[in-house]
Amino acid sequence: MTKWESASQRKEYGRALVELGKERGDIVVLDADLSSSTRTADFAAAFPERFFNCGIAEQNMMDTAAGLAASGKTVFVSTFAVFGTGRCYDQIRQSIAYPKMNIKIVLSHAGITVGGDGASHQITEDIALMRVLPNMTVIVPVDAPETYQAVKTIAKLKGPVYVRIGRSDVPSLTDPSAPFEVNKAPVMRDGKDITLIGCGIMVSKCLEAADELAKHNVDARVVNLHTIKPLDEKTIVKAARETGGVVTAEEHSVMMGMGSAVAMVLVENFHVPMKRVGIPDVFGESGGCDELMEKYGLTVENIVEAAHDVLKRKK
Amino acid sequence: MEVYDGEFIGELEAVAKTIRRDSIKMIYDAGSGHPGGSLSAADILAALYFHIMKHDPKRPDWPDRDRFVLSKGHAAPALYAVLAEAGYFEAEELCTLRKMGSRLQGHPCMNKTPGVEMSTGSLGHGLAAGNGMALAAKLDRKLHRIYVLCGDGEMDVGETWEAAMLASHYKLDNVTVYIDRNKLQLDGPTEKIMSLEPLADKWKAFGWHVIEINGHNMREIIQATNEAKGVKGRPTAIICHTIKGKGVSFMEGSLHFHGKAPNKQEYEQAMKELGGDRP
Repeated sequence: MTKWESASQRKEYGRALVELGKERGDIVVLDADLSSSTRTADFAAAFPERFFNCGIAEQNMMDTAAGLAASGKTVFVSTFAVFGTGRCYDQIRQSIAYPKMNIKIVLSHAGITVGGDGASHQITEDIALMRVLPNMTVIVPVDAPETYQAVKTIAKLKGPVYVRIGRSDVPSLTDPSAPFEVNKAPVMRDGKDITLIGCGIMVSKCLEAADELAKHNVDARVVNLHTIKPLDEKTIVKAARETGGVVTAEEHSVMMGMGSAVAMVLVENFHVPMKRVGIPDVFGESGGCDELMEKYGLTVENIVEAAHDVLKRKK
Repeated sequence: MEVYDGEFIGELEAVAKTIRRDSIKMIYDAGSGHPGGSLSAADILAALYFHIMKHDPKRPDWPDRDRFVLSKGHAAPALYAVLAEAGYFEAEELCTLRKMGSRLQGHPCMNKTPGVEMSTGSLGHGLAAGNGMALAAKLDRKLHRIYVLCGDGEMDVGETWEAAMLASHYKLDNVTVYIDRNKLQLDGPTEKIMSLEPLADKWKAFGWHVIEINGHNMREIIQATNEAKGVKGRPTAIICHTIKGKGVSFMEGSLHFHGKAPNKQEYEQAMKELGGDRP
């Protein structure tokens, strides 16, 4: 149905890690018994001495990472997003964010598209948890190529970073050779009537929604807000100023996720009609990806409908 | 068994007394803090910073230094006191504890205080962090050692045991954990709040070499640490039987002084018992 090839973010994460391992001796990787799923197993196979499986003990893994970082290592920590954020919030707060440790928390299986595992595994509040932590950078790569570029880029940054990736293959929207700039939100499609700001898997939905809106003579701009913190306020405010209305779309709870972050920027800087598309304040359930996306309001139609609502309020 | 002459032991005991005195004074000045667990750990800290550890207060970032992690972060006053005594910063700074703008936060902050290796305070994190440092040392083929001081209340925390398992699994014989077994936690006796015994057997079952000592006896602290250094292929836990509030008669074994500053009268009495203020 979609016009893009799909590819795995996890696979690209694994590939980037192996390259980093070759380039730099200070890179170490930790996982909590999910390395074959998160693809840190690729690094483990290439550099067994620099990979530490911590078993099903995520809290312990985060503090162990802190000790390694305190000794000068650049540490990548991976597991599923539900365990790596919620279960370890205190460890991340006390031992990673507060002391500004050089730790990259790259977590997979985020959001509702985990699918069949159900609500216990579908974290829809991880962006909220991570973005309220001082010193934390929060990145949601849009696709597989951007995941690779983001991982290579953050390895060069000092300090804690959270990277959220999904389980399923996602449409590849970006040029594999395009460099990743933290805090610089790329405009994926220009437009003057309304701005659709997406992150992660929802950016492709925004692009499809823009095609739909074009049929109604609505010229929609689409922004890939891959960095939720620090926020590219300049691009957001400019879009609001130039298009006069904003719709955000995220595979995350509408409570304190990306859309809320954008809303705060607009409230304080430039008021325009706005609507947030995202998962309502409820837990998910088992199901197929597309079925869940539909039930929980994450479709192209949801974005189009939100856009029409904003356009109506726009004067 | 090594023999230490009386004069040398006496010097370490004098350092411990200074730590106790400074801790009480700091907590009194601050109007809040945790005297009980600072006093119970004073002898271990004196032995570590004035005999056991390889460290250089003039070069807190020296890569080959031994690392100390105060997992029971609420004993921060005792840590700051020993760091000042060792020369990481001036002793006069101690009176700024818990005050606005101070480098001496209520609980240790590694980015503010020279000599503090790990930010702690939320309990049960320190051993895992120490393990990370130990893994890094092994990766870098460094011979420095990692010393972690845990409170016995931290044995309630699941992560302590996750870390115990990891240290054993990765054969971290460069890790030594001292357990300040003062037998009291905030709400009451440890055995009443959450039974820990048989504690030594628990650590043994996790694959650790275990030594039990009197945590106020310098010779025993040093000898147990030397024994730990000789153990290959597994970490060592030293269960230090201590008295909460040790050194101040009315604080010894007192629940009240777990996390409460002395009033003026209590402060004066405590300082008298500890041999008076810093000269």
